[in-house]
Amino acid sequence: MLGKITPHHLPRPAMDRRRFIQVIGLSGAGFMVGCGRQNDEAAPAASGGAETVPVTAEPVVASEFGPFVRIGTDNRVTVMIKHLDKGQGVTTGLPTIVAEELDADWAQMDFEFAPADASRYNNLFFGPYQGTGGSTSIANSWTQLREAAAAARAMLIEAAAARWQVPAGEIAVSRGRLSHGDRSASFGELAAAAADIAPPAEPVLKDPADFTLIGTRLPRLDSPGKTDGSEIFTIDVTRPGMLTAVVAHPPKFGAAVAGFDAAAALDVPGVTDVVQIARGVAVVADSFWAAKKGRDALTVTWDESGAVDYDSEQLYREFAERLATDPGLVARSDGDVGAALEAADQVIRREYRVPFLAHATMEPMDCVVELSGDGCEIWTGAQLQTVDQYTAAAITGLAPEQVTINTCFAGGSFGRRATPDSDYIAEAVMIAKAIDGRAPVKLIWTREDDMRAGFYRPMSAHVLEAALDADGKPVAWRHQTAVQSILAGTPFEGMVQDGIDGASVEGSRGLPYSIPNVEVRVNTIELGVPVLWWRSVGHTQNGFVTEAFIDELAALGGQDPYTLRRELLADHPRHLAVLDLAAEKAGWGEDPGPGRGRGIAVHESFGSFVAEVVDVSVAEDGAFSVDRVVCAVDCGIAINPDVIKAQMEGGIGYALSAALREEVTLASGAVAEGNFDSYRPLRIDEMPAIEVHIVASGEAPTGVGEPGTPPLAPALVAALADATGKWVYRMPIGDQLRGETG
Amino acid sequence: MAIELKVNGNTHSVDVPADKPLLWVLREDVGLTGTKFGCGIAQCGACTVHIDGLPARACIMPISAVGAREVTTVEGVASPAALAIRQAWRELDVVQCGYCQSGQMMSATALLESNPQPTDDDIDAAMRGNLCRCATYTRIRGAIHRAAESLEG
Ligand code: FES
Ligand code: FES
Repeated sequence: MLGKITPHHLPRPAMDRRRFIQVIGLSGAGFMVGCGRQNDEAAPAASGGAETVPVTAEPVVASEFGPFVRIGTDNRVTVMIKHLDKGQGVTTGLPTIVAEELDADWAQMDFEFAPADASRYNNLFFGPYQGTGGSTSIANSWTQLREAAAAARAMLIEAAAARWQVPAGEIAVSRGRLSHGDRSASFGELAAAAADIAPPAEPVLKDPADFTLIGTRLPRLDSPGKTDGSEIFTIDVTRPGMLTAVVAHPPKFGAAVAGFDAAAALDVPGVTDVVQIARGVAVVADSFWAAKKGRDALTVTWDESGAVDYDSEQLYREFAERLATDPGLVARSDGDVGAALEAADQVIRREYRVPFLAHATMEPMDCVVELSGDGCEIWTGAQLQTVDQYTAAAITGLAPEQVTINTCFAGGSFGRRATPDSDYIAEAVMIAKAIDGRAPVKLIWTREDDMRAGFYRPMSAHVLEAALDADGKPVAWRHQTAVQSILAGTPFEGMVQDGIDGASVEGSRGLPYSIPNVEVRVNTIELGVPVLWWRSVGHTQNGFVTEAFIDELAALGGQDPYTLRRELLADHPRHLAVLDLAAEKAGWGEDPGPGRGRGIAVHESFGSFVAEVVDVSVAEDGAFSVDRVVCAVDCGIAINPDVIKAQMEGGIGYALSAALREEVTLASGAVAEGNFDSYRPLRIDEMPAIEVHIVASGEAPTGVGEPGTPPLAPALVAALADATGKWVYRMPIGDQLRGETG
Repeated sequence: MAIELKVNGNTHSVDVPADKPLLWVLREDVGLTGTKFGCGIAQCGACTVHIDGLPARACIMPISAVGAREVTTVEGVASPAALAIRQAWRELDVVQCGYCQSGQMMSATALLESNPQPTDDDIDAAMRGNLCRCATYTRIRGAIHRAAESLEG
């Protein structure tokens, strides 16, 4: 296996950082502005005073400078995107923030992916790491980009004031032009002069009441290139003399190469190399087709002595056994759940099972690597650039700074491209190294590789118990989960606290309902199956079981599920607001009609609040369709409402796909599913009508990529129960209702 | 085998194995990467092109089976229906990751060329073969209707 990248190989969080603004002049071609966080002891430029702002017309040699906004004499405003865009729209959302604060014209906005450089482009929520995830892109960039843009705007104003000999305060800026009386100039006309202006130490930010772009519908900047075939994804990257590689991976997790016979593979015309790497055997050829045929011809013998041999059903039994015999670790304890359950008239106990899931991005994993004597250049949809950079450095023996990463648009990720061991990127680097860097290498995983070589949403089993009082109100709640840890054994292990992986209990530990006795426990299972965050991470399973259970409790206690939630959420105004809005827009309380059912759920994740109401039609034989989903979201200030709507639609479709029939099944330690004929995602004829309503908010913006996902499954299960009286406790729903209602 | 391949109105001479799928010939030998690989077994539609105007899955079409027929890819498709589709796709901002969208647009264009006023059921039937993991389906449906309207008007 790849030598594990331990935390000390990776950059350490800097201490005591503070904001500063810096400018790079572009030799008369404009200027760039960024605001960084600077480490005190490494801040010579700031030594003259806490808020001294270094300014120079020369490129600044500063390790902690993050230029985010470039204004060129060509009147283009380019925003450096430090995040991966995998469809969630940061290449539109981040420029919106800049355009707003600058008072730019939307038509002059461009974007560019930033290089991998954590000293300038770290995710402020990830400490010293550059990366994307947890729906943080907008939230961690919000102030950073506003300050950079506000500083740039002030400098343009100063430049105009000097040119026109008028007070700066009298200059107006609107849609990319500065004006005073009958004089006006574009950003581009002032960019060269502005480059010599000292930026303000404390840029003045707009009052949100004055926003003119934020909150409006702006066309996506990535739409043109993605609708004419010109956008270059990783799989489209071509380098001179490039070879293409496919890899034969172990058939079971934990198996290793015992030996291989390359002769037949090397006989395939076009195949140039067959090399063993730590993760399997790679076949390298002058084209994908030759490499794939070479792999088909390759014979590998596998050492399965260290391999897992589980079956999914057996795992569920073992998880259940573990839950029955081991109390696990306490993640939350309010009141005395044991006593309350003991004393109650009515105790309800339910078991839930949720499977391994594949991310199954439309673009399978891929990476291009080009080695030179003193450098390693990578093209990929990198989501954890810093980890990928350090991993490539460790494999090649280069310094991290010698590893360049060109971040490409990714054909989906849903968490998949943020891997703590950089799996497929490491593979590509290993292959390039194994052929002595002789040629650039493009690694392409086939769909089957993508399905079987790992990373899955972990499988989990849950036991929920509750006590109802005489009025049918829950007075005690216990939630015990058995699940694999995502973070244990990764560079992010530090996020496992007191033995509890935060990802295992997110969405369960934070149960918002006011119930006097609450206990949340977790049993961490060690399996050796590669697991990873999957759109909304722990919230996917925990949001499902907690919301499905509260719904069933309402039914058993004779309460309306919406009303019961309202009562128990009296202290949670943002939950209440989305719940009320979704209920109102969906016509909650009206009879959905014969053969139809309606369900509701609400869940907070990543700082955003989402409620969904699902309508279903169920036939006599249990076949059903999902007719409509009404969604209400509160994600703070709505930067671009149409992008938010798109992310809710996508999150709902992704969740529905999983709930209907997605499951990665282990059979004797191997993944049974291979391609889209056996792992069958949602298709257009199954997509419900979706309405998205956004709660008006003045709170700082939070993410939208994931929060639309968790409420769908519980609302769907509640809707099916509403129509049929049958509750589903195991995902996916599949055929469980078939023949049981007819 | 040496082949004269007609793509987007141009003829390309390529020398490739007879079983190499059209998809990979387009991507690797002709240099047109707009047509995507998603599954390789005709299950996802990411590789959809037009052959003599009809939608086809390029991932399972051996180059030897293409013959003298005209191949059209997302880069070259320019019929009124194609332009209306592209316009509607942009107006509704259908794309998310965008990876499936070349195939979606090629299927949608073929649909409008044979059926200028498709119903929702027609759209389901024509577009069922195109997966979108970003689940942009409601917008795909909306954009097809919008394109149909614009062609009518
Ligand atoms: S790649 Fe051809 S249908 Fe999926
Ligand atoms: S837009 Fe991402 S797969 Fe369709």
